[in-house]
Amino acid sequence: MKILVPVKRVIDYNVKPRVKSDGTGVDLANVKMSMNPFDEIAVEEALRLKEKGAAAEVVAVSIGPDKAQETLRTALAMGADRAILVVAEDVEPLGVAKILAKIVEEEAPGLVILGKQAIDDDSNQTGQMLAALTGRPQGTFASKVEVKGDAVEVTREVDGGLETVSLKTPAIVTTDLRLNEPRYASLPNIMKAKSKPLAQKTPADYGVDVSPRLKTLKVTEPPVRSAGIKVADVDALVAKLKELGVTA
Amino acid sequence: MSVLVWVEHDNASVKDATLAAVTAAGKLGEVHALVAGSGCGAAADAAAKIAGVGKVLVADDAAYGHALAENVAPLVAGLMSNYDAFVAPATSNGKNIAPRVAALLDVMQISDILSVESADTFTRPIYAGNAIATVQSSDAKKVITVRGTAFAKADATGGSASVEAVSGSGDAGLSSFVSAEIAKQERPELTSAKIIVSGGRALKDADTFASTILPLADKLGAGVGASRAAVDAGYVPNDYQVGQTGKIVAPEVYIAVGISGAIQHLAGMKDSKVIVAINKDEDAPIFQVADIGLVGDLYTVVPELVSKL
Repeated sequence: MKILVPVKRVIDYNVKPRVKSDGTGVDLANVKMSMNPFDEIAVEEALRLKEKGAAAEVVAVSIGPDKAQETLRTALAMGADRAILVVAEDVEPLGVAKILAKIVEEEAPGLVILGKQAIDDDSNQTGQMLAALTGRPQGTFASKVEVKGDAVEVTREVDGGLETVSLKTPAIVTTDLRLNEPRYASLPNIMKAKSKPLAQKTPADYGVDVSPRLKTLKVTEPPVRSAGIKVADVDALVAKLKELGVTA
Repeated sequence: MSVLVWVEHDNASVKDATLAAVTAAGKLGEVHALVAGSGCGAAADAAAKIAGVGKVLVADDAAYGHALAENVAPLVAGLMSNYDAFVAPATSNGKNIAPRVAALLDVMQISDILSVESADTFTRPIYAGNAIATVQSSDAKKVITVRGTAFAKADATGGSASVEAVSGSGDAGLSSFVSAEIAKQERPELTSAKIIVSGGRALKDADTFASTILPLADKLGAGVGASRAAVDAGYVPNDYQVGQTGKIVAPEVYIAVGISGAIQHLAGMKDSKVIVAINKDEDAPIFQVADIGLVGDLYTVVPELVSKL
């Protein structure tokens, strides 16, 4: 079985995003960029399935700017076998899902494992959309993935707890935080990754129209919460809470 | 404009998140509600009483019992020939199903809206709520998920909508429900609790979390939350997590105990009316958003607080 893992280059999760003063977006100039954390978990899960013998090949794919090559090299350094870069800027989840659907058609992976959401646009859509476009079942927000013959059992993090579903493969899985802890790429593997195959494509190669459906009219800072007061001791805190009507 | 709202329910009653979605949908046009489930007649009757709902569609079929997206999304997409917008609360079901519906309709979804500016323009948080985007959709139909804390809840009573049975193609044969472990919470649900007591990594382990946080929550009749660090460390189950990727909460009072205040945690609770922080590190970022802060050792402060409240 082949596993396809889409990855996205996003602002590093440790960087505090700043809204541009002209309100057109978030300032990404000279900001550290990394692989979306949920996608790292997806790569890790694919590699673990391969190491267990459940998968034969792991293919990483990214739809993004030229520099998304770095993100793909990270996936290759972690252990993915080869990579595909579809060069396109600011493609919405629907467009990404359409390109991925074409790649799924070509590559015929038994599983596609994606991050549940990207930490830049927080859309949480691509996996579900890809599942719809390919007519495949979806196991979203996964905290456990088990391949069982021609099915995959996915334990999902849902409101109130956990839910396990069984999906016929081929299937789409999106990762939640507690699925695994991604490995770090070792230096020798980083060097090795440089010579692994990385194919370059464009949306036109797949005949997909990625023109946006949403227009961002403006981007603003959220209302700022200012720091309040500090109280000296528990008695003062209890008094404050009582003022707010919080009592036992 | 006519709007179809996804009703979040447990077959017997309607979940609060639905009520906020009804309010958001009401800003767009006439609201009809879809109750999909198995043996969900009581939930449909409850949905018919929600103020502002004009009609309830019930799809009662074993295939819809666990809200599997593979079965439910084609049902919704089929019904959408009569509607201009599909609105779902941003619950785990809503987030699972709505994008599948959107792709079936060739629509780009607008996730987690905070406000309705006009029939095609909405605001939504991006970058963990560090920025708010105003977006305009050019799609003929809209597919939207709604952040529950951003809209007032519609009245659960007062309406008298008609109830009409609908059917879809049923089981797509792609997926099946295996099991669920739903944590039994005798405390208020996080998304509707008036007071929340949340614990962080400083609580050391599951026993310490339970013996420190729970007495305070019990005393106040509060819901219990946790930071991602505390959940990752296994102190409490995943559904306690408050943050960018966990639950988004906005209670009257949020008491953060031993939580430093990482960006992704603040994203989940900074709309709380009053934030109280207890932390021994006076430079912890949580104090930058807290209305009332107390610098101190939580192991002495919290028990003292419990005894004096």
